[in-house]
Amino acid sequence: MPARRELARGDYLSILGTRVLRTEDPKFLTTGGVYTDDVVDDRLAGACHVFFVRSPLAHATVSGIDVSAALEAPGVIAAFTGADLADLPAIPPSAAGLINTEMTQRLLATDKVRYVGEPVAVVVTELAYQGEDALELVAVDYDPLPAALGFDPGDSSLLFEAAGTNVAGYWGDPASLRPDLFEGCETVVSHTIVNQRVAPAPMETRAAAAVWGADGRLTTWIPNQGAQGTRDDLVKLLSLEPGQVRVITPDVGGAFGAKFGADPEHAVVAWVARRVGRPARWSETRYENLIGMTHGRAQQHTVTIGGSRDGNIQAYRLEIVQDAGAYPKIGAVLPMLTILMTTGPYDIPSAEAIAKVVVTNTTPIGAYRGAGRPEATAAIERAIDLFAAEIGVDPADVRRKNLLPKFTEPHRTKFGALYDTGDYVAALDAALEAAGYAELRAEQAARRASGDVRQLGIGVSSYVEITGMGDGEGTPPSENATVEVFADGTATILTGTSPHGQGHATAWAMLASEELGIPVEKITLQWGDTDLIPEGGGTGGSRSLQQGGAAVQQASRELIEIARERAAAELEANPADLVYDTSRSAFAVAGDPEASVPLTKLAEGERLLVRTVFSQPGATFPFGTHVAVAEVDIETGKPTLTRMITVDDAGTILNPLLAEGQRHGGIGQGAAQAFLEEVVYDDDGNPLTTSFADYPIISATEVPSYELAEMQTPTSYNPLGAKGIGEAGSIGSTPAVQNAIVDAVAHLGVRHIDMPATSRRVWEALRAARQGSEHR
Amino acid sequence: MTRIELTVNGDKRSDEVEPRLLLVHYLRETCGLRAANVGCDTTSCGACTVLLDGRSVKSCTVLAVQAAGQDVVTSEGLSADGELHPVQAAFRLNHGLQCGFCTPGMVMAAVGLLAENPHPTEEEVRAGLEGNLCRCTGYHNIIRAVLAAADTQAEVQA
Ligand code: FES
Ligand code: FES
Repeated sequence: MPARRELARGDYLSILGTRVLRTEDPKFLTTGGVYTDDVVDDRLAGACHVFFVRSPLAHATVSGIDVSAALEAPGVIAAFTGADLADLPAIPPSAAGLINTEMTQRLLATDKVRYVGEPVAVVVTELAYQGEDALELVAVDYDPLPAALGFDPGDSSLLFEAAGTNVAGYWGDPASLRPDLFEGCETVVSHTIVNQRVAPAPMETRAAAAVWGADGRLTTWIPNQGAQGTRDDLVKLLSLEPGQVRVITPDVGGAFGAKFGADPEHAVVAWVARRVGRPARWSETRYENLIGMTHGRAQQHTVTIGGSRDGNIQAYRLEIVQDAGAYPKIGAVLPMLTILMTTGPYDIPSAEAIAKVVVTNTTPIGAYRGAGRPEATAAIERAIDLFAAEIGVDPADVRRKNLLPKFTEPHRTKFGALYDTGDYVAALDAALEAAGYAELRAEQAARRASGDVRQLGIGVSSYVEITGMGDGEGTPPSENATVEVFADGTATILTGTSPHGQGHATAWAMLASEELGIPVEKITLQWGDTDLIPEGGGTGGSRSLQQGGAAVQQASRELIEIARERAAAELEANPADLVYDTSRSAFAVAGDPEASVPLTKLAEGERLLVRTVFSQPGATFPFGTHVAVAEVDIETGKPTLTRMITVDDAGTILNPLLAEGQRHGGIGQGAAQAFLEEVVYDDDGNPLTTSFADYPIISATEVPSYELAEMQTPTSYNPLGAKGIGEAGSIGSTPAVQNAIVDAVAHLGVRHIDMPATSRRVWEALRAARQGSEHR
Repeated sequence: MTRIELTVNGDKRSDEVEPRLLLVHYLRETCGLRAANVGCDTTSCGACTVLLDGRSVKSCTVLAVQAAGQDVVTSEGLSADGELHPVQAAFRLNHGLQCGFCTPGMVMAAVGLLAENPHPTEEEVRAGLEGNLCRCTGYHNIIRAVLAAADTQAEVQA
């Protein structure tokens, strides 16, 4: 069959691998996307507006809530508290079993609040502008409790009395750590480093619109990363039947992991709509978003690394503390991924990792671009630089010495990950070459020698990450697609993935176009409506192309085979004698091009449609190396990121334009964590970064243009050869930038600066190093 | 309520508005022009950027009444006859948008920037767009798009 396809294609140029412009752009550039807040729909006519009363305290018991004054306010039609939702089940923690099952959450807090921003009540108003004033009138009696904070919150102030501890659970057994792990190592370095809490901060905040039909079904519009998973969450949160919920995904203004599934607020809005008997809408402010949407990262790493003085790493230990925030959600599970990726692309004879998960009086932690893997990369990449500094060997050389050699058969790591294909040394060398590494080191030496105020730092980070994971329970990762061709020459694709900026409408159309010959502009993609597409895994974990895209290709090929049968009947020929000519979207009898029938004709009667499921044998493991160049003003401590050079090998690239966009975005977000962004709380658990004036979200002036070098090592796990590319940028760039900033001042005695390596932190590190050397 | 008369995307309008109504809400709710978005509450993000008498402003910081007598252009009104404006076209050509949420504001800010400085350097583009946040693109392609638009505009003028 492949031979026939090639034959049919003749000199036809493949669209795969080309820079096709996005078909979705004209709308976004003119009338704009239709985000949840923009949705105009008859079903939502007369919608009321929901506003959340949020806890102003980090930790307190709630002795009473009085909504009577709010009910008197203009436009207020109702107000509800947790007591009104008492018959709904408590939300269990993620990974119940490993995580303490007493650590449950209510949709609205009842007896206790556990973080600033936790919803305690709602006020429902006629008009959108009436809510803010009414919120002030809800009187909540709080009895403050001491806040449990940080990576060692202790047990003196328990978030969950019934749990008896603030430790939510462990990944791995602390007793299993081997005291002799570093025996025989000439050099051992250990350091405790913080992978700080950051805010996903998609430009579109959370929102919802909900309405119940006369048939008792809920229809709800929610910005999310997978309508089907969001539906399943709502079914659980509201104790409904699966068939009772329809989730519609409007355009989504960025998500980055934080819009996976339904949050308590989405369930409450749906509940309110039923209770008041009219449609309800909610749209959060940025203030609410920065305290109410899950945060990311929040791990502490104690790394210990040992090896020979010439740079062979022999042993590595990673001890993780995960701050899960007030409720153990996805954040409590992230360490599992961090542990899985502990040794990254390196071949380290002895390695071990464990994690402790604690709850604190802060916003819960969820997934954020990379979700668990950037933490693993940050830990080992920092550890390697610490080790390299200790033995006085170039950090790039230490990496080259310890990277796994190229492999084409899957490689099983000590932590159970099965790396599909990899050529890590080539990625490192390509990045160093593109950066002009030797010249950079020479320039650095010159500036050090001359005592330049602006010192140069070069940071390297090699990574491998896991993308397109299954459910972790042995089911192979898979996705469905439906392709239908119409008699008018158009086609429609239904996908279980859920684009929110990635460009699936274009990319999936390219895949179908390649098989069917129908132009990309005539192919429409539909997603995010659970009535139309009941099953799907959504978009996250960099899974979409390798599974969802592969499913589109598979469906298109299966469609051609169905059409072939019809064409054979039409032409009274043997199906095997027909060739499909994509250049004119028609079947012809081999050797007799005159005897042909167009695909469109075959769609005139019975619908020409295929639904298929593509499964791949396992997750794929993209890899690469990032090189960051930073200048640091040693008088003020101010770091400036001047260059970012990256090799990100995600297998075969379908559309370089889109793949580069994913890399750019990841690089920017990853760099932001290294030297700018951090969610900060004071000692009482009050968040101090509650607006974009206070949360230093990265802007255009803080990053350079990025230099991308190409490398493509296909995977055999799907016919596209594709691995995930959505998160790689943020995984590689964070440690590269951090390492560059440390490297700029390394000759002044600085070994480590925690992230974000801000001017102040750099300045303090320089001062400490100066004082340290004076004391010596 | 106050009556305001103004031009929005070339159409003369006359509307009764609350004195405290923000221009962005006037555009979105009263005019039904929802391209401009609200991304923050501290004038930080620029998702709401529109042109007011040819200058880019954050419409979340302007009251509708302050726009009286002026000419407002939003992303919807930038293109004519189904043709993308050169800046919009450059954003598409250079993949300067992903989720699209920042895009209408970003494009209007870029139009305003190029009106003031038709031949900016990369550094000037970055500085000029500092008040417009994008969480998706890492800014790389946005900057390229604006520089490319500056080039094509130069060609058009030449
Ligand atoms: S909405 Fe953010 S600046 Fe206007
Ligand atoms: S394209 Fe998503 S915020 Fe800019």
